[in-house]
Amino acid sequence: MADVALEARTGRAPVRETTSWDRLKVNRDWLGFWFMLPAMAFLILFLAYPLGLGIWISFTDAKIGRVGDFVGLENYEWLSDDSIFWLSVTNTLLYTAIASVFKFAVGLYLALLLNENLPFKAMLRAMVLIPFIVPTVLSALAFWWIFDAQFSIISWSLKQLGLITQNINFLGDANWARASVIFANIWRGVPFVAITLLAGLQTVQPSLYEAATIDGATKWQMFRHITYPLLTPIIAVVMTFSVLFTFTDFQLIWAMTRGGPVNATHLMATLSYQRAIIAGQLGEGAAISSAMIPFLLAAIMVSWFGLQRRKWQQGESND
Amino acid sequence: MSKLTRRLLLEGAGSLAAAGLVGASGLTEWARAWAQSAQWKPEKGAQLTLLRWKRFIQAEEDAFTELVANFTKATGVKVTVINESLDDVQPKASVAAATGSGPDLFWGLYSLPHLFPEKCVDVTDVADYLGKKYDGWVPSAIAYGKSGNRWIDIPVAYNGNVMNYRKASMEKAGFKAFPKTTDEFLAFAKAMKAQNTPGGLALGHASGDGNAWVHWCLWAFGGNVVDAKDKVVINSPETAKALEYAKQLFDTFIPGTASWNDSSNNKAFLAGDIHWTANGVSIYATAKSQKADMAADIEHALWPIGPAGKPTEFHVAYPIMIMKYSKFPQASKAFIAFMMEAANLDPWVEKSVGYLTPGLIAYEKNPIWSADPKLTVCRDVAKRTLTAGGLGSVGEKAAAALADFVVLDMFANYCTGREDVKGAIAAAERQAKRIYRTS
Repeated sequence: MADVALEARTGRAPVRETTSWDRLKVNRDWLGFWFMLPAMAFLILFLAYPLGLGIWISFTDAKIGRVGDFVGLENYEWLSDDSIFWLSVTNTLLYTAIASVFKFAVGLYLALLLNENLPFKAMLRAMVLIPFIVPTVLSALAFWWIFDAQFSIISWSLKQLGLITQNINFLGDANWARASVIFANIWRGVPFVAITLLAGLQTVQPSLYEAATIDGATKWQMFRHITYPLLTPIIAVVMTFSVLFTFTDFQLIWAMTRGGPVNATHLMATLSYQRAIIAGQLGEGAAISSAMIPFLLAAIMVSWFGLQRRKWQQGESND
Repeated sequence: MSKLTRRLLLEGAGSLAAAGLVGASGLTEWARAWAQSAQWKPEKGAQLTLLRWKRFIQAEEDAFTELVANFTKATGVKVTVINESLDDVQPKASVAAATGSGPDLFWGLYSLPHLFPEKCVDVTDVADYLGKKYDGWVPSAIAYGKSGNRWIDIPVAYNGNVMNYRKASMEKAGFKAFPKTTDEFLAFAKAMKAQNTPGGLALGHASGDGNAWVHWCLWAFGGNVVDAKDKVVINSPETAKALEYAKQLFDTFIPGTASWNDSSNNKAFLAGDIHWTANGVSIYATAKSQKADMAADIEHALWPIGPAGKPTEFHVAYPIMIMKYSKFPQASKAFIAFMMEAANLDPWVEKSVGYLTPGLIAYEKNPIWSADPKLTVCRDVAKRTLTAGGLGSVGEKAAAALADFVVLDMFANYCTGREDVKGAIAAAERQAKRIYRTS
C-alpha cells in the first residue's frame, strides 16, 4: 500500500503550473511566429545586418583594413559640398528616369506584339529574353566595343556610308557617353519588362475583349479601357523593380566607362565603389551608398501605396 | 655582384636560348641547394596561395610559372597562383586585409601594401639579404618598400611606362631623335598631328597609362599634389602651367582619348591609328609576334624633361607582400627571396622582354637590356621613377589619391573643357585636402 501511495505522489509531481513559455509553445497565435522565425533570422542576418552596418560605417571614418571612429555626419557634410557626388546623383536620376521610361514603352510595345498570334510565337518569346540572359559584363564589353573611340562599328558603318568623316566620340564626350550607357541599359532591361507584362496580358480574360468588340470598341479603346487598367498592378510591380535595378546599376557603367569621361557617367553605385573599395575610403563610400536609400524608399513607397489603392488593382472609378 | 650571376651569365653567354636550357636542367639542382642553405625554412606542411596581377605578356607568365614549379620542387611547398586583372588586385587585397583571410601573398601595384601597413609581415630580413647580395635597392624601391623603419613589402619590379613611337613617322615629321624637352615634345606632337599620324594619351580612368602621363606632366612643370610634409600644395602656378601644356598636347591627340582605358592605346597603336603613345613595352611585344613590319619601326624613349629640370617619370611599381594572417610566413619569405635570386629573376626578366625592370641595382647588367636596343631605355626606369605621392609619403593617402583619380580628373576636367584652370585645380585641391586631412 505504501508503494501505491508513493507512486501516486510521484505521479502527481509533474503536474506543475503551466508556464507562459508552455503556452507560447502551443498557442495558435504564436505558431505563425515560430514558423516565421527561420525566415526572419535569414533576413536579419543577410539583409538587415549588412544594411545597418553600411549605415553605421557611413558615420565613421573607416578605411579598408581599419575600423574607424565615429565622426557623426562628417562624411555627409563633405558630400553635400562635393560636386562629383552631386554629379553622380544627377547622373543616377537622369539614367534611371530616361532608361525606365524607354524600358516601359518598348517593353509594353513588345509585350503587346508578342501577345498577338504570331508565327513561331514560342521561339520569338524566347529570343526576346536573350539580352536578359547574357551576363551583364559580357554585354557591357560588347557595347564597349560597339562604342569604342577608334573601332566602333557604328562609326565605321556611318563612315562607309559617307555620312560622317570622323569617328563619333561615343564614350569620350559627356553627353554621348550618357546616351550610350543609357542605351545599353535599356537594351538589357527591356526583356524583363516585356516578359513580365506579357504574363500580365495573358491573365486578361478574352471575354472582356469579346464584349468590347460587340460594343464596337476600337483597338485603342480596348487597350485604354481594358488592357491598361487590368495591367496596372503588374506595371506598378515591374516598374518598381525596373527602377530599383536601374538606380543601383553598377556593372554596365564599370565595364564600359569606369564613370568616365571626367565622371560624366558616374552613378552613385560606381562612385561609392570607387571611393570605398578602390580608394579605401570606406566611410565615405558607405555614405554615398546610404544616400541612395531615400531615393530607393521613395520608389518603393510609390508602388506600395499604389498597390494598396483598389483603383490600381481593379481598374478605375472603383475607389 | 654574386658568383652565381656571373656563372649564369657565362653559361648563358648572353643568349636567351642557353638561359632556357639552364632553366631546364641545372636550375632544379641549384634550387635544391638554395633551399638547403636559405635562412628561411618553410613551415611543416606549408602551402602558399599567391594572388598576382594577370600577365600582359604570355612569356612572362610562363617564366613565372616555371619559377614557381622550381620552388615547389626544391622545397616541397605547393604554391597556388591566382591571376586577377590589374584593377581587381587592390580590392581583393583590401578585403582580405579587412577580413583576415585569403591568399598568403599579394603581388600588386604601387603603394598597395601601404594601404594597410600593419597587416603586412615585416620583411626587412629579406630586403636586407637581397639588397646586400645585389648591389642595393634603387631609391624608389626603398620608398615603396619601407613603412617607417621596416620593410613591409619587396618591390619586385617596375613596369616602365615609356614613350612608344613609330620611327619612320617621326623622321617624316622632321625629328631625328625623340624630343628630350617638353617644348620639343609639344612641337613633335603638333607635327605628328599635322601629317596625320597623331598620337594619344589616355584621359579616361586608366589607372596605369592615365596616371603615368598626368603625373609626369604635373611634376615636369614643378607642380605637386603635396609637399614633403604631406601638405596639399596643388593650387600653384606650376600646376596651372602643367594644365595649359597638357591642353595644348591634348589638342594634338586623336579624338576619343577621354574615354580611353589602359588597353585603348595598345589597340589604337597596333591598328596604326596612332603613331605615338605612352605605354609599357607590351605594344612592341605584341607587334613582334603579330606584325613584324610594325615592330621593326617601333622605338621606345624616356619621357621628355620639363622646366623642373629632372626626370619626372611615373612608372608602375609591382610590390609583393605577405599578409600577417598567413600561417606560413617563413615559406612566404623563402618564396620571395627565391624569386628574386638572379638564377630565377634574370631569365624571368628576359622572357618578359623588358616589361619588368627589377628594383635591385645589380640587375641592370641583365643582357636583355643590350640584346635588344629597343628595350634599353627600360633598364633605367627603376632608377628614374618618382613614387606615388610625389614629394609626399608613399602611404595610404597617396594610394587613395591615385585610386580616386584626383590628378587624372583634374587634367581631364581642363583638357576636355569642362572646367577652367581655376575650377579644375580647385576641385582637385578640395579632394586632395580631404584625403590628406590629419585626423
